[in-house]
Amino acid sequence: MHIMEGYLPAAHAVGWSAISAPFVIYGARRIVSLVREKPEIKLLMAASGAYVFILSALKIPSVTGSCSHPTGTGLAASLFGPTVTTVLGTIVLLFQALLLAHGGLTTLGANIFSMAIVGPFVAYGLFKGITGAGFSGAIAIFVAATLGDLATYVTTSLQLALAFPDPVSGIAGAAAKFLGIFALTQVPLAISEGLLTVIVFNLLQRYSRGELKALNIFTAKA
Amino acid sequence: MLKRNLWMLFAVVALAILPLIIHHGGDAEFAGADGEAEAAITEIRPDYEPWAAPLWEPPSGEIESLLFALQAALGAGLVGFYFGRRTSPAKRPDTN
Repeated sequence: MHIMEGYLPAAHAVGWSAISAPFVIYGARRIVSLVREKPEIKLLMAASGAYVFILSALKIPSVTGSCSHPTGTGLAASLFGPTVTTVLGTIVLLFQALLLAHGGLTTLGANIFSMAIVGPFVAYGLFKGITGAGFSGAIAIFVAATLGDLATYVTTSLQLALAFPDPVSGIAGAAAKFLGIFALTQVPLAISEGLLTVIVFNLLQRYSRGELKALNIFTAKA
Repeated sequence: MLKRNLWMLFAVVALAILPLIIHHGGDAEFAGADGEAEAAITEIRPDYEPWAAPLWEPPSGEIESLLFALQAALGAGLVGFYFGRRTSPAKRPDTN
């Protein structure tokens, strides 16, 4: 889902940065207040950020014959809310833009929007909605992490389609093309991310009840 | 819980290996989707010139994989530390 450095027209680069910036700022303030309010969750927050580091470093082959990587943002989003995850995701995207030449500074805003805003918001909404409807946390986090991951790649495809409409078939045609590259490849990877996140969540339900309680996360008997 | 987690882990591994089996005749390059998107952009707009370049690029594939491994290792180290903390038995007084 990384849009490469220089691969968004300047107006789009500026636009996406302007849209993403308030989320990063709000998220940073939210982290400060959350840590002050509940200092016991600090280590879990760091571990959730570390989970994003791991998953977004793993390029996994997919049935389409190409490789992509999961995002890992569904866990943090479900536990701490979407804007906290925006900050965690931004750190990862900066690391990759500066050290790995994956993504870039001109495309950082757009990449933050897809991986650290849309994905986490989708995941958070699903997690809250599904646990609220009475399903188990494990089911909720599976759906949240899987569809949050997929939503990130759909967003990237649409961002590219907006920037590069097809001369014949327009934005819709370009969207179909980019979705074919990103979203299709991502389906099995998103399921993998969902399963891995359930494993972590099961472990948390077993060993970190105190923290989950402090975060008002619904916990069933694991 | 352990059994269910192991099954899920097995499914994740299977999902990663399956594509290699499906495409084992060498009919797929397993290139990165990011790069394929870049090629699609060039196809749609052959005249598009990227107007910025990365400040620094890993000088070789080896160094790139070093940094990716470092990224995953840092993450795994911290997650391992976290669960190590949470699963450790209550501290006993030092006996030596």
